[in-house]
Amino acid sequence: MKADSQRSFQTGRFDYGSFFFTGVTGLATYLILATLAVILINVLVNGWSGLSLHFITAGTENGMFNVDKAGVLPMIIGTSARVLLMTIFVIPVGVTTAIYLTEYAHSSSIFTRIIRGAVNNLAGVPSIVFGLFGVGFFINFIGHRVMDPMLHPNNPELIVWGKPAIIWASLTLAVMTLPVVIVATEESLKAIPQGLREASLALGATKLQTIIKIVLPQALPGIMTGGILAVSRAAGEVAPILFTGAAYYMASLPHSLTDQFMDLGYHIYVLSTQSSNVDKTAPILYATVVVLLLLTFTLNLVAIFVRAQMRKKLRALN
Amino acid sequence: MSDIITTPKISLLAPVPPPATVAAAAAAAPTEKPLIETEKLSLYYGQAKALKEISIKIQEKLVTAFIGPSGCGKSTLLRCFNRMNDLIDGVRIEGAIRIAGHDINSREVDVIELRKRVGMVFQRSNPFPKSIFENIAYALRLQGIKSRSEMEGTVESSLRGAALWDEVKDRLHASALGLSGGQQQRLCIARAIAIRPEIILMDEPASALDPIATAKVEELILDLKKDFSIVIVTHNMQQAARISDYTAFFYIGELIEYDRTARIFTNPAQKQTEDYVTGRFG
Repeated sequence: MKADSQRSFQTGRFDYGSFFFTGVTGLATYLILATLAVILINVLVNGWSGLSLHFITAGTENGMFNVDKAGVLPMIIGTSARVLLMTIFVIPVGVTTAIYLTEYAHSSSIFTRIIRGAVNNLAGVPSIVFGLFGVGFFINFIGHRVMDPMLHPNNPELIVWGKPAIIWASLTLAVMTLPVVIVATEESLKAIPQGLREASLALGATKLQTIIKIVLPQALPGIMTGGILAVSRAAGEVAPILFTGAAYYMASLPHSLTDQFMDLGYHIYVLSTQSSNVDKTAPILYATVVVLLLLTFTLNLVAIFVRAQMRKKLRALN
Repeated sequence: MSDIITTPKISLLAPVPPPATVAAAAAAAPTEKPLIETEKLSLYYGQAKALKEISIKIQEKLVTAFIGPSGCGKSTLLRCFNRMNDLIDGVRIEGAIRIAGHDINSREVDVIELRKRVGMVFQRSNPFPKSIFENIAYALRLQGIKSRSEMEGTVESSLRGAALWDEVKDRLHASALGLSGGQQQRLCIARAIAIRPEIILMDEPASALDPIATAKVEELILDLKKDFSIVIVTHNMQQAARISDYTAFFYIGELIEYDRTARIFTNPAQKQTEDYVTGRFG
């Protein structure tokens, strides 16, 4: 046998395992990319021709299936409004829940564990179930049983709140996206070093002062991430708003919280199932899809931009 | 020197103890009018007993060092004095802790007020991710100080008191996290003295610092002794010997020996203490 120093590094072996595995994992990745590309290209190619300034600034007053005259402005406004309203509802509730869970609750108590379990289960509930929950809880109970009798007790026939409305659709979406906001906020709160809290408390700050002045500013980008994820999830959802606020057709834009609204996602469903001539209306169907994608994209971009600004401010100090 | 050092300090704790000169206090036996006194203090983390019936009397305007091997309970005891252990789930305390004669665990004691009078410096420097100025201003706002001029004056005097002023006076509004480790720790000391506590607790304040920064912090501690009573936990026995007047040696939750530092290091009464300070174990 040769001495070690004389042994060559050339073994002539080939690592088939690694070669094969690299191929398989790479293939899986490209398959996903390809699927995404096919969807996007299909939508853009078919929808681009239907897009025009008129399409995004006009309503449906000349018929929603009228390929030359129909527009989607009411749906853009409806979808934007419901997403915005949802954000206003979900952020405060989600953030305060996360603060309670990380800063106040004893992490090992049964109560905390039940809340955590509930949050995780909430994330796994199918969205149509949220839609039904919205009808049962918000419309029938809160709206019909509580608010209507309370706000106009002398007129039992009048129904203002006990019917589908943008506020109930937004609240339903808020309930659906709560887990996203809670989990994202919790993660960002947990990432803040305990030493900072101790430093503040040791100076004689109350827990509330410590949370507001020291902890929350650090957690803001994480909270924004939760908001972004919630917006992304909610913007394209149709099932939760199907019974709680989306309208098939409305002659005017919603101008109060109790109005129904037209929605891009629901409008896509309508165009693809209710049209008497699907082939003829296909251009506006595809164009609507493009608009929905662009809207979701824009909402995300704005939020990501705001978060980047916050991070920059924090990094200047970190 | 800064006005922290020269202004006579009004004690917030009643009754006001008569001012004792450093020499007189140093000469006094540890039994005379203690500032901090524990009586059969035991502390449990759940079932585990971390402190075992500790009775100790800590004097005013002196540096008292707690030494002992890791896990001996010295930091735990220190954190009893400003009730930082309240933050930990499942901690239970038996026995009494009195500061200037007041039982600090009694129901009437406002822990916020206690922590304003018993400051703390931590092992790992923990400046807030704010500017140098804001780090101290935060502490001052908690005291209800709103006037900008008063705030600026106190920020300066605190930074001077922590021997940091000359190094940072031109960049007060830069981030505190841009400072070196030693500077960050001195900023934390400045922050602690800004609100004029009577006692400063230091939990291994120099253990994460290089020798030069350590020397600066030690020098600072000797300087602060004129105005504050200091209790310091340290792993470094030379440090305890250099800066403290009294030293307490702990071992597995028990107070083994407590005496003047010179005596602990030259002629300890207990065999265990001798073995530890001579480096035979620990």
